[in-house]
Amino acid sequence: MQMGKTVIIKSDGGEKEYWMDLWRHRQLLWILSKRDISVRYKQTVLGVAWSVIRPLATMIVMTFAFSVVAKLKGDVGIPYPLMVLGGITIWTFFSNTFTQISNSIVINSNLVAKVYFPRLIMPLSAVSVGFVDFLITFSLFLLISIGYYNYWPGTNLVYLPFFILLTFVTSLSFGLFFAAVNVRFRDIGQLIPFLVQVGFYACPIAYSSSQLGMDSRWYQYYIMNPLVSLIDGFRWCMLGDNAFFDPQSLYSTIIVSGIAMCVSIVYFRKKESSFVDHI
Amino acid sequence: MPVITAENISKKYVIDHKRSKGGSSVRDWFSEQMENLFRRNNGQADFNDKEDFWALQDVSFEIKQGERVGIVGHNGAGKSTMLKILSRITKPTTGKVAIRGRVASLLEVGTGFHPELTGRENIYLNGAVLGMTRTEIKNSFDAIVDFAGVERFLDTPVKRYSSGMYVRLGFAIAAHLEPEILIIDEVLAVGDAEFQKKSLGKMRDVSESGRTIIFVSHNLTAVQALCNRAFYFEKGRLMDEGDTTHIVSTYLSRVSKTSLEHVWDDISKAPGNERVRLKSLRLLPDYIGELRHIDVRTSMKVSCEFWNLEDTAVLNLSLHLYAYTGECIFNVGTQAQEFSKGIIEATCEIPGYFLNDGSYVISLMIVKNTSEVVYNQEEAIAFDIQDYREGVTWYGKWPGYIRPQLNFSISQTEPVVND
Repeated sequence: MQMGKTVIIKSDGGEKEYWMDLWRHRQLLWILSKRDISVRYKQTVLGVAWSVIRPLATMIVMTFAFSVVAKLKGDVGIPYPLMVLGGITIWTFFSNTFTQISNSIVINSNLVAKVYFPRLIMPLSAVSVGFVDFLITFSLFLLISIGYYNYWPGTNLVYLPFFILLTFVTSLSFGLFFAAVNVRFRDIGQLIPFLVQVGFYACPIAYSSSQLGMDSRWYQYYIMNPLVSLIDGFRWCMLGDNAFFDPQSLYSTIIVSGIAMCVSIVYFRKKESSFVDHI
Repeated sequence: MPVITAENISKKYVIDHKRSKGGSSVRDWFSEQMENLFRRNNGQADFNDKEDFWALQDVSFEIKQGERVGIVGHNGAGKSTMLKILSRITKPTTGKVAIRGRVASLLEVGTGFHPELTGRENIYLNGAVLGMTRTEIKNSFDAIVDFAGVERFLDTPVKRYSSGMYVRLGFAIAAHLEPEILIIDEVLAVGDAEFQKKSLGKMRDVSESGRTIIFVSHNLTAVQALCNRAFYFEKGRLMDEGDTTHIVSTYLSRVSKTSLEHVWDDISKAPGNERVRLKSLRLLPDYIGELRHIDVRTSMKVSCEFWNLEDTAVLNLSLHLYAYTGECIFNVGTQAQEFSKGIIEATCEIPGYFLNDGSYVISLMIVKNTSEVVYNQEEAIAFDIQDYREGVTWYGKWPGYIRPQLNFSISQTEPVVND
């Protein structure tokens, strides 16, 4: 019989082992992701259509409320509904993955109590559903942008994967922290929908960052919100240079998300082994 | 060569008397912090709120390859905590364990099953959760389905499965794991007799293939049948270890000493009232040979002494025997008789080969004039009857409350001769 490696179980240490273990469990990551996706629309009549209906309805209501009623202006040369839909697309990706990551440990409590695997698998696999939804909303965006407004993405499109990746990193860096805290304090479950709701208005979704103006004294605080550059950047990739995008906000996002990521991983790793005692 | 070496394992839990287990709220945490702040200012420590609980204390052992180790002990003795540490679900507070080889732990049947997914999808999901690779699951897929007997329902969501099917599928997947070390907790307690037989057979196969097994169960018959070595845990400590038969009988003799005898020497503190007071309650088993525990063969006597405090009274004693499920197995009463003030003794004999294995509770009633209950001592004596079989290769739970040996004959009446 072939002998596996020796595993040492003790109260601390084993950092290198942990990351190797994580790699060894990549198949589990894949299977859990698949589980979440296939369970997602079970026993619904409209199924995947929900991923289209929600952003579309939001876009229509936003356009009516902010453009027709409140007479907000978007960036020059860009149809207002398209600007809103672009914002919704990337924002929904962020908020979905963020919410799912934050709940990932609590939702999988039965696994936490009964089997061992690096717990990071759970927040990582929680991204899958959000990503599939994003692909659907994104197709909808392309369909409306090209099919209805005849608005083709330009060469900026090559930067799109970078912004998507950065959105993912940002949602993980905040979600991971909340996921670990959620195990101990279930208040997080209440807090998150609220954060997402507030975030929707704090971020440039129904309006453009250009309306605040770069010379405003609020601007430097405004761009500390890491979502600002992600939303602006996404629109810039899809809608061309007409869309407002300030590279400086991007640096701020990278710094904020980077710091948040380090703090979250350290915190998560520290709390990980005691999840089972609190769940 | 040892595959598992545990050195001085201890595990501490902090019991918080103020807060119930599970997720708490920030408000609780915050108010607690505030309280602590003020306490500290007053120079008082909060001894009453938090308490250290050592689920395991200083446990060391070695397990060699191919050994089949059974872990026995009361509830709360630390067995499950030990398994959790070995399966890496929780970490020890101090000490360390070195494990060589691939471990699969089975602390529950069907861990991670998703009710909305079909049987087929759940086989892959559960397999992956238990640490199988996709190829391994594919290779044993047919065997799993066959073992569980769920061919027709493979594409039905498991939420529509009967609980029996659910358990069968869960066990079937686990049974086809091929780890070097298998850790199992109580999973045999589920499923019908037919399935228990199947799963015990499977576990024997696994053990005979030279793999190391660690098995926790309250089913001592199964432990004895499967394991060649046993650990006895009590209050977080590894009290004894060795040959299974020896350990099981040590364990059982400790169990039975706990509550078989109650004696009250001081009449004023004895249970009762102004008319009668109990003096002693005893269960006296007639142990078989060297054994110091009750099994299905053991006959026993229940004896009760009480003071009658009235000058004259027509009294009789009524005894109820309940199964731990609460059902009354029988009720017997003595003849009623007139007694004067003094000590009265009654004895009831319970024969061997009468009660099945299980836990039982006796309650006693002192009755006056055959109708008026003077005193009722509920749960007077609790005891366990262990299983005993010979000439049988089946180790599942023997059904029924009673286990009589009746004249039941079998013979061949008409042989067919082939020539």
